[in-house]
Amino acid sequence: MYGIGLIKGLSVTLNRFVESYTEDIRWLVKRYAKVDFRSSKDAKGTFTIEYPEQQLNIPEEFRFTPFLVYDEGENGEKNIRCTSCGICAKACPPQCIWIVRTVDPATGRPQPQPAEFYIDADICMNCGFCAEFCPFDAIKMNHDFEQSSYTRNLKNKEILLQPASYYANIRPLNYAKEEAARAEKAAAKAAAKA
Amino acid sequence: MDSTKNTDVLDLANLYKDSVKADDRPGFSGFIIAKEKLFDIAKDLRDKYGYDYLSCVSGVDYPETNSMEVVYHAYRSSGGSALVFKTQVERVDPMEVPSLISIWPGVDLQEREIWDLFGIKFAGHPDLRRILMWEGFEGHPMRKDWKEAFYEEEAKPLKSRWPDGNHKYAEAKAAYGDNINFEAGFDPEKWTPTDPEEALYSALKKYQTEDVDGIKTDHLLINMGPQHPSTHGVFRAVVILDGEEIVSLKPVMGYLHRNHEKIGERNTFLQNIPFTDRLDYFNSMYSAWGYSLAVERLLGLAVPERAEYIRVIFGEMSRIQNHLILFGMLWNDLGAYFTPALYAFEERELMLDIFEAVSGSRMMCNYHRFGGVVRDIDPASMQKIKELVYERLPRKIEEFDRLLSENEIFVSRMKGIGYLSPEDCLAYSVSGPTLRAAGIPYDIRRAEPYGVYDRFEFDIPLRYNSDLLDRYLVRIDEIKQSVRILQQALRDIPEGPVLTGKPSYQIKVPAGETYGRVEAPKGELGYYVVSNGKGNPYRYKIRTPSFVNVTSVEKMCVGTKIADFVTILGMVDIVLGEVDR
Ligand code: SF4
Ligand code: SF4
Repeated sequence: MYGIGLIKGLSVTLNRFVESYTEDIRWLVKRYAKVDFRSSKDAKGTFTIEYPEQQLNIPEEFRFTPFLVYDEGENGEKNIRCTSCGICAKACPPQCIWIVRTVDPATGRPQPQPAEFYIDADICMNCGFCAEFCPFDAIKMNHDFEQSSYTRNLKNKEILLQPASYYANIRPLNYAKEEAARAEKAAAKAAAKA
Repeated sequence: MDSTKNTDVLDLANLYKDSVKADDRPGFSGFIIAKEKLFDIAKDLRDKYGYDYLSCVSGVDYPETNSMEVVYHAYRSSGGSALVFKTQVERVDPMEVPSLISIWPGVDLQEREIWDLFGIKFAGHPDLRRILMWEGFEGHPMRKDWKEAFYEEEAKPLKSRWPDGNHKYAEAKAAYGDNINFEAGFDPEKWTPTDPEEALYSALKKYQTEDVDGIKTDHLLINMGPQHPSTHGVFRAVVILDGEEIVSLKPVMGYLHRNHEKIGERNTFLQNIPFTDRLDYFNSMYSAWGYSLAVERLLGLAVPERAEYIRVIFGEMSRIQNHLILFGMLWNDLGAYFTPALYAFEERELMLDIFEAVSGSRMMCNYHRFGGVVRDIDPASMQKIKELVYERLPRKIEEFDRLLSENEIFVSRMKGIGYLSPEDCLAYSVSGPTLRAAGIPYDIRRAEPYGVYDRFEFDIPLRYNSDLLDRYLVRIDEIKQSVRILQQALRDIPEGPVLTGKPSYQIKVPAGETYGRVEAPKGELGYYVVSNGKGNPYRYKIRTPSFVNVTSVEKMCVGTKIADFVTILGMVDIVLGEVDR
């Protein structure tokens, strides 16, 4: 009979319509806990997240424009991990990393510290290659995606620097893995010396 | 993987001794045909030897040997590997090779593209206009000596970035006007442009009839797009109408053109991977696969078992969500505004959440590397994939099927519309679900298996009416088959590493050529890569399914109503990032 298919389809819509209310009532009190449910296999009801009040959980591997990591020294000085080796600048697909190497004014030899470090965040395609190939774990991908601005977004060294604790906070698993590898290396070195 | 190679390929050099020679450059294969004989031999290939499907036409510029080359990849629709044949012309303007459009009409847009980007003329092509660049553009950008605005160096990495990388904005280096060349004596004030649309409009079939009563009927010209909600991007179709009926149609594209291939040749091999994500941005998991496959063949690199399974898992998930978007958007076009679209997006959201957790980004995944994938699937995501595949998806596809497939209004809009005969499908190089809806069981996962697809049990869904409804139903079946593949892959996935060798940002690829093709959700996606042994690809050509499938749109549309154009185009399933490149 003509119209059966229509009714079948509309029954789906009706079901969804009702669900959107029953689910809302179910989550009335714990509105913000709903996000986890919404990302699970049983998700139903209203699917939309009310950003910015609600936010999806950001997974650890999520990547947005990179930042530079520094270790905090005992007296609060910033020990930048970057040695200005230039690997990230070479690997970067749109070539948006610009590095000036520090040169010792006395000897003219390069020093392992960047004098300037720019990332043109308007050009950065968030690919993550810089973080992937940096041999010193000095550049990492950020989680902070709310970066809209009225002007161009050229980031210099001061803006890019973030403490290692910040890194440990947003990427705990990766951080732990790298620290373990570093400790192992140091131990091996000490053993070789002894 | 290459075991089938050369066993079923015709030895052209023996068959046509005086006009064909085997390509014996190291790393190259195939045959070089004298261009005078190209047309006749191509005709034989189709009629005598059964190469009924011409998949890919690429141009390559070799300034060192003062030649330009056109490379053809032909297949048999019954399966098997490619027959590669090439023709060369001296690199002096005007260059001309015979057009093969009367043998394989599917080369239409591809030949126009080569004319546009390389400046090789195709004698006998009825409508050889620029296609990606605009009319009036100076030069042919894919030639090796052509340089783009803000050109710095032949190849990345650029020297200005390190160690003295004082940041400069591009426009500060080349101020406005500095990068424009005028002919001597050119005065912009006195210049009047020739109407670029004239050539386009004159390529359309027009008509005028005088009625018996002396009332004249005239054609009506309509521009659908470039801003039209049904085109899902900046795509334009110029149509000539007789009342409501389409008489003639020409696709116009290139609004999103960024010369991806030129960028690709400046990039290093590795740097191209994130760029492939931007082609078909719905299926970045699949786009990168084709490219990795091509480069891995050049490198002779094996992919670890686990990585192969991971590629399949994400590839098939990608296929499911691609088809879901297509259905959602199709319903939008048909007027069921956004309700089904958002239903379809729910499953897609859940999949993108997983993509994000594993690869770091929802759509620009950048997940493949040469010799594997960048990281393993973490246990939590694996759990989520399993829940989706075993529990949620089968249920939801069922629901989606119920929602749409039998709806009488939908069926009446789809049934019998947009017919394209199976012979035409092959001739027009149509690939993907559209081809299979015409009853041709051609699926690269079976015809020329890559990855570990030969280990899974799945059917190639087929339908035989070759109308819109069948194209829709084939896709529903494909989703079901994808779930089936996923279930097997999840069951069988072995433990182990996911990447061969150490990750490296500098890769030297041995000289040679290769064509890596995969069955992307939208059809055949192929990468023709030529390496000259340096760190950057010498030629990086992409045969995108969307672009080639557009060739057949006119054929499908002529005789239908203008309102059906919307659904026909919708079912061709184009994405403009891939059409325009
Ligand atoms: S961030 Fe890492 S890769 Fe880049 S220059 Fe510094 S140390 Fe080298
Ligand atoms: S994320 Fe990619 S594009 Fe952005 S700075 Fe790093 S390498 Fe360059």
